[in-house]
Amino acid sequence: MRRRDFLYLSGVGLGVSVAQSIPLVGKAISIEESLRPVEVQLKKKMADVALNAARSKGASYADVRIGRYLNQVIATREHQVQNIANTESYGLGIRVIANGSWGFAATNHLDNDSIAKAAEMAVAIARGNSRLLTEPVQLAPQKGFGEVSWKTPIEINAFEVPVKEKIDLLLDVNQQALKGGAKFVNSNLFMVNEQKYFASTEGSYIDQDIHRIWPTFTVTKIEAGKFETRNALSAPMGMGFEYLQPKETEKIKGGPVTLYKKRYDMLEDVKEATMHVTEKLKAKPVEPGKYDLVLDPSHLFLTIHESVGHPTELDRVLGYEANFAGTSFLTLDKWQSGKFNFGSKKVNILADKTQQDSLGAVGYDDEGVKCGQWNLIKDGILVNYQTIRDQAHILGLKASQGCCYADSWDSIPFQRMPNVSLAPGEVPLSAAEMVKNVEKGIYMFGRNSYSIDQQRYNFQFSAQLAYEIKEGKIVGLLKDAAYQSNTQEFWNSCVQLCDQKDYRLGGTFSDGKGQPSQASAVSHGCPTSRFNGVNVINTGRKI
Amino acid sequence: MAILSKEEAQAILKKVLSYSKADACEISLSGSDGGNIRYARNAVSTAGQISTMDLAVSSTFGKKTGTATINEFDDASLQKVVKRSEELAMLAPENPEYMPPLEPQTYQESKTYNEKTAAITPDTRAEMVAKSLSVSKSASLEAAGFLENSTRFRSIMNSKGLFAYNKGTNVSFSVTVRNQQGTGSGYIEQDFNDLDKMDTLALSKIAASKANGSAGAKAIEPGKYTVILEPLAASDMLGNMFRGFDARSADEGRSFMSKKGGGTRLGEQLFSENVNIYSDPTNADVPSATWSGDGIPVKRTQWVEKGVIKNLSYSRYWASQKGVQPLPFNSSIVLEGGNQSLEDLIKSTEKGILVTRFWYIRFVDPQTLLLTGLTRDGTFYIENGEIKFPVKNFRFNESPVIMLNNVEALGKPVRTGSGMIPPMKIRDFTFTSLSDAV
Repeated sequence: MRRRDFLYLSGVGLGVSVAQSIPLVGKAISIEESLRPVEVQLKKKMADVALNAARSKGASYADVRIGRYLNQVIATREHQVQNIANTESYGLGIRVIANGSWGFAATNHLDNDSIAKAAEMAVAIARGNSRLLTEPVQLAPQKGFGEVSWKTPIEINAFEVPVKEKIDLLLDVNQQALKGGAKFVNSNLFMVNEQKYFASTEGSYIDQDIHRIWPTFTVTKIEAGKFETRNALSAPMGMGFEYLQPKETEKIKGGPVTLYKKRYDMLEDVKEATMHVTEKLKAKPVEPGKYDLVLDPSHLFLTIHESVGHPTELDRVLGYEANFAGTSFLTLDKWQSGKFNFGSKKVNILADKTQQDSLGAVGYDDEGVKCGQWNLIKDGILVNYQTIRDQAHILGLKASQGCCYADSWDSIPFQRMPNVSLAPGEVPLSAAEMVKNVEKGIYMFGRNSYSIDQQRYNFQFSAQLAYEIKEGKIVGLLKDAAYQSNTQEFWNSCVQLCDQKDYRLGGTFSDGKGQPSQASAVSHGCPTSRFNGVNVINTGRKI
Repeated sequence: MAILSKEEAQAILKKVLSYSKADACEISLSGSDGGNIRYARNAVSTAGQISTMDLAVSSTFGKKTGTATINEFDDASLQKVVKRSEELAMLAPENPEYMPPLEPQTYQESKTYNEKTAAITPDTRAEMVAKSLSVSKSASLEAAGFLENSTRFRSIMNSKGLFAYNKGTNVSFSVTVRNQQGTGSGYIEQDFNDLDKMDTLALSKIAASKANGSAGAKAIEPGKYTVILEPLAASDMLGNMFRGFDARSADEGRSFMSKKGGGTRLGEQLFSENVNIYSDPTNADVPSATWSGDGIPVKRTQWVEKGVIKNLSYSRYWASQKGVQPLPFNSSIVLEGGNQSLEDLIKSTEKGILVTRFWYIRFVDPQTLLLTGLTRDGTFYIENGEIKFPVKNFRFNESPVIMLNNVEALGKPVRTGSGMIPPMKIRDFTFTSLSDAV
C-alpha cells in the first residue's frame, strides 16, 4: 500500500472531511466481499491471456501480476472514531522484454480483450524504449515452479475480526490515556491483505496471500506551555490479529519500559506511555558529548534500515536511484576487495525474505524467485548486496536473490529491500546486564526523528525515550538527545550484542523509493546493542 | 475518458445524487491522465502512461457518515456505490465533528489549465529527455532524471446544490547530473502548468555546471554561517513550516503557533520585518484551484505581513467552534522578495555558504519546528562576494522560524514547487556536522 493512501485514510490533517480522507485508488467494499478471494483458476486463465498475447506480439519474456489489495484502517482520537475505511484495488500488470528492453502496462479491466491490449501496449513500450537502449536486459536464469501457493502463517485473519471489536480496543486505549491525564490521544489500526498472483512465460503460476498489521498510538500532554508526546512501541508485523492478543511470555519486563516480542499489549503500553509523557515534560536536557549508547530494537531497527538496508541496495550502488533516493557509499570496489570493514567483528547482518512474522516474508518475489536468506555483512565485512534478476550478473551471481517488489498491480516491479537484520550475540546477555557495565551512557527506545545523507554516510537519530545511564544505573529521562554519526564509524563502535532471547523485530509500512514513488513494508530484527563513544547533540531551541 | 468537461462531470454527479436517500450527500468525481519517463546512467529505464477516474460518495444520516468509492461508471455501479455508502453510514458511530454540506458558493475563474501541456504525448516526453541526455553525454557526465506530466480534473456536488469544477495541467522535471568519478553532483527541479516554460536543455545545463563546479569539495568546519539559500533550498525549509499554520493544533497547544498560556500566536511578530507571505490561487505564475476540497472559495490571503502572523487556517468544524469564518490553506504561496538576483546576494556577502539544495529534512522538535537535514548536489564557500570553492556537504539543525528571524536579504521570487520563493540570505544558520556524501 502506498504511503499517501494511509495518510489519506488515517485522516491526517485535522478537520479533513470524510470525503477527502478516503483514497481514490480503490473501491470501498464490505468485509464479507473482502473474504472471498478470486478463484485461482480464473486468475490462471487471465494470466495466460496476457502471457500468450505478449508472446504473440514478439516478447521474449513476460510476467504478469494480478493483484487484489485490501486495506482496512480505523482511526480514532480521544472519544471518537475519525474514520473506518475498507478499500480494494484490483487489477493486472504485465511486464515484458522485447528487443532486449523492458516494457510495462496495466489495466483494471479484466476482460480478455483489455488484458490482451495491455500486453500489446507493454510490448509496444518495450520496442519504443529499445531505441534508447545501451545494453539489452540480461535475466538471471529462473526455473518455473508450476502451480504453487504461499500464505502468511496467520492465526486470526484481522479482516474477519468484527469492526466493533477493533473500535472498542482503540477507544479503550484512548480512555486509558485520558484517564492517565493525557490531553490528546490518537490511535490507529492498519490492516493489509495482498492477494497476489504471479505467472511468467517460464512456467510459474504462484498464488500468494500476504497479511500485515500495524497498531499504533500517540499520547500528548501539555504543561506550562510545553507539549510532549510518546508513540506506541509496537511494530508493524507480517501477522494476523493474534499480534494484538497479549501473552506474558512475549513480554520483556524488568527494565524502564515493558517491551514486546511477537504479541503486543496495546493497553499496557498506552498506560506506560501516558506516565512516560509526564516524565518527559520534566526530563533534564542532555549535556552534549560522547556517550556509550544502548539501543533497544524498537529504536535500532530504523538505524539498521537507513544505514545498512539502503546502502546495500544494488540499484542505488549502480546509480538507478541517483535522482531521488540517492546512491551508496558501498561501491562495487569495496565489495570486490573482500576486506571492506563495514563494522566491528560482532556485526553480522542478514538479508532475509523468509523470516516468520516479518513484513518482508513471502514465498516468492514479484518476478517469481523463491525467497531465501543471505549475508550482507559477515564478521564486519561487506560480502553482498540485494539483487533482482536483471542485476544478478553484475555480481557474478547465477540466480537472483529475490528482492523484486511492486506496491500495486499498476506499479513497475523493481529492486526493494528484503528484511535486513542484525544477528544476536552468541554469548548469553540480557539488556539489564548490558546496562550494568556502562559508565556514561544513554539507553534509547522507540523511533523518532531520523535523517541520513544520500550516500548513507552521515546520520542523525533520536528516540521516543532516552534514559541516562550513570555507572551502570539508569538515573532518569533526558530530553533533546539526538546522536550523529557516520555509518562505518558507528558500526565499528558496536561492542556488544544481547542474545537471541532479546531479539525482536521492528519495521516500517512505508519505505519509499522510485519515481513515481512506491512504498514497501520491511522488517528489521536485532537484539539490544551497545555502541561506544557516539556523538550526542542537544536539539533544544527557543523560538 | 479520464478528463471530463464541466458539463460531463456535472451530469454524472447529478445522476449519482438522484440515487441518494440519505439526509445529506456529498460526491466527488476526479480524473487524471498523464505519463512519465525515467532515466538513469544516461539511458531511459522506465516509461508509463496512466489514466484513472474515481468517484467518492459520502452519505450521512444524522451525524453518521459512510463513504464509498468506485472506479466504474455504469448506472448499476453508480447505484451500488451510493447504496454502499448509505449502508456504511448506518454502521458508523456518530461523528460529533460532522459538518453539514455547504450551501452553493461562487468561485473565481481558475488559471490552472494549459492546452499545450494537456497535449503532451510519450514522444514529447522522449524528446524532452533526449535534450537533457544530450547535455550529459556531450560533457561526459552521467544523468538520472524524471519527467512527468498530467492533466487532472476534480468536481464536487452536494445535496444542498453546491457544484464546483476545476481542470488543471502540470509538467514536472528533475535531473541529477554527476561526474564519472562520482566527486561532483548537480541537481535541478522545476514544475510548471505551462509546457512552454519548461526548457529541459537549459535546466540540464545548470545541473551539469553544478556537477562540474562541485567536484573536489573541501571540508570546512561546521558551525554558524551566513547562508545564501537558492529558492529550492529555501522552499524545502519553508514547506515544513506552512503545515503549522493550522489554527486547531495551535489552539490545542501542540504547535509552534501555540501561545504559552493558551491561544495562538495570531497577531504576534514571529519573523523579521522583511517577511511577507501570501497565497493567491489566481496568481498566473503559481495557479491553483479556486476552491478547497470541501468547496470553500479560496481567495488571496495574507498569512504574514511585516513578520506578523495575520491568518491561520480554520477547517469548517474548528471555525464553527471558534466563531470565525473557515479559511483553507492554499499551495499558491508567494514569499515576497526584492529585485536582487542570486548573484547580487552572493556579491554582497563577505563570508558565507551557498546552499543549492537540502535533503532528507525531518522534524526534530515540533515545538520549536527544529529540522535536521543535509545539503546536497552543490554547496559552495563564498568570500568577498565570490564563490571561492565547493565545500563538503553539511548536516544542519535549524528551525525555519529562527531562520525567518535572521533574514538579511531576499531576492526575486521564482517558481519553486507550487509557490514563488526568493533566494534568501540568512545569518547564523546552524551546521552541526560534515558528510562525505556527494
